[in-house]
Amino acid sequence: MAKKRSVEEINEKIRSGKAVVLTAEQVSAMGRESTPAEVMSRVDVVTTATFGPMCSSGVFINFGHTSPPMRMERLTLNNVPACGGVAAVDAYLGATETALPHDQYGGAHVIEELIAGKDVLLQATGKGTDCYPRTEIKTLVNKDTINEFIMFNPRNAYQNYNVAVNSTGKIKYTYMGTLLPSLGNANFSTSGELSPLLNDPELRTIGVGTRIFMGGTTGYVAWNGTQFNTGKPVNEHGVPVGNAATLALIGDAKLMNTRFIRAAYFEKYGVSLFVGIGIPVPLLDEDMARRVMIRNSQIETNIIDYGSGYEVLGRTDYQSLFSGEISLKGKKIRTAPLSSVKVAREIAELLREEITTGRFFLTEPVALFPKTTGLNKLEIRI
Amino acid sequence: MKSRRFVLTFPPDATGEPITYNLIKKYDIMVNIVKADVSPGKIGHLVMEMTAPVKVLKDGMEYIRKQNVECDPIDKKISYKEDLCIHCGACSAVCFAGALTMEKQTAELSFEAEKCVMCELCLTACPLKLFSIDLG
Repeated sequence: MAKKRSVEEINEKIRSGKAVVLTAEQVSAMGRESTPAEVMSRVDVVTTATFGPMCSSGVFINFGHTSPPMRMERLTLNNVPACGGVAAVDAYLGATETALPHDQYGGAHVIEELIAGKDVLLQATGKGTDCYPRTEIKTLVNKDTINEFIMFNPRNAYQNYNVAVNSTGKIKYTYMGTLLPSLGNANFSTSGELSPLLNDPELRTIGVGTRIFMGGTTGYVAWNGTQFNTGKPVNEHGVPVGNAATLALIGDAKLMNTRFIRAAYFEKYGVSLFVGIGIPVPLLDEDMARRVMIRNSQIETNIIDYGSGYEVLGRTDYQSLFSGEISLKGKKIRTAPLSSVKVAREIAELLREEITTGRFFLTEPVALFPKTTGLNKLEIRI
Repeated sequence: MKSRRFVLTFPPDATGEPITYNLIKKYDIMVNIVKADVSPGKIGHLVMEMTAPVKVLKDGMEYIRKQNVECDPIDKKISYKEDLCIHCGACSAVCFAGALTMEKQTAELSFEAEKCVMCELCLTACPLKLFSIDLG
């Protein structure tokens, strides 16, 4: 009978220091010479990771009350607007928020500075009410003066993503980096076989409540991410081709580390945030073993023309993308990543160590994600 | 033989003298144009590398200056804050000269300064803004 094991059994092994944990790259290499049954019998957990720019990120902050108290209705942090329409002294600061015309400094930079322990200038106004009489405030805050500092990212860890090229005669500045004219380069942004949702493509073990590594500390999967889409075509190796599932993540930003949370500015596009994520995948059965053995050569994605109308120009795989060159329409195109494999490897290794040494235990999802979700288009209805 | 990079600044009323053609034909200088931005009626710039024996390079510079075009050797170079680099690879995307590449085994950024053509695209492509120009 085929071998199976539960998350509870794995945690028992972690507790007794007997769990065998490999990174997703290590298990992919092992998979070249082993069957899923062999991998299943030898390995308990595989650690996956990614460190890429993820726009849909931000933090909730509770600033604490002044005396007399205030309802902060319009507020900025280092002149970057935050959304005060949450509660009196609660706000949400989006990573991509900027104060024009200074579009090179934004929410992501404020978040990084707060995580680094720096003071940030808080300015707020409110109309003043009987219960919240103060109408304005200007002060410095840092992560020790505020109450909660919660990172909540509505969409992270994209399961696969497009390759961006530009067929026009002009340079294009995009969230996929600078695209040189006449198919001068091809940019991609996942950590390939190390990437979390490519190692559990059907989301059998990752769901609401999954404990993860997030920005240098422990975080959790809060929900499916926005733009979650399980309707993408799947290739012969069971992996969606192009951007598909996503995760909404939550974690305590006070405990995060700027090694794994970094602000970014993409020329003539705007601000984004590099977020370090690591997710352990338990090998529950041979099917999961087969999934985590996936190799870069088996993960495919579409090549999209960001220069003109997002036309699909072709398909490629991550082995080719990581080789530094792909072929498209008879032309050799240089490739470059935007997501750091070096830092992703560091995260996968850190998580591996934490599990091996009994400091990180696995969770079963509290709820699984929807199996069939498509995306609505926004129609202009008036 | 010596290779040196120069920036040529053309006045708005520059004559139609074919400077690069003459540098090649009359002086036998190897010319490699790195960047050009020259339009009639405006101050124009041309960045180019010239390779020739030292004496010939000197004659070439003198010839350029006689055409009322400024000719300044560039001794600047690109550098980046390695300790802050996250090795994302965004700079390697724009480096058509192949000076900035990703090491396949280590996934680390590699910079071969001698291949840099001073196009300066990496300055804007780096999302962490870690690149700068060192003036020699």
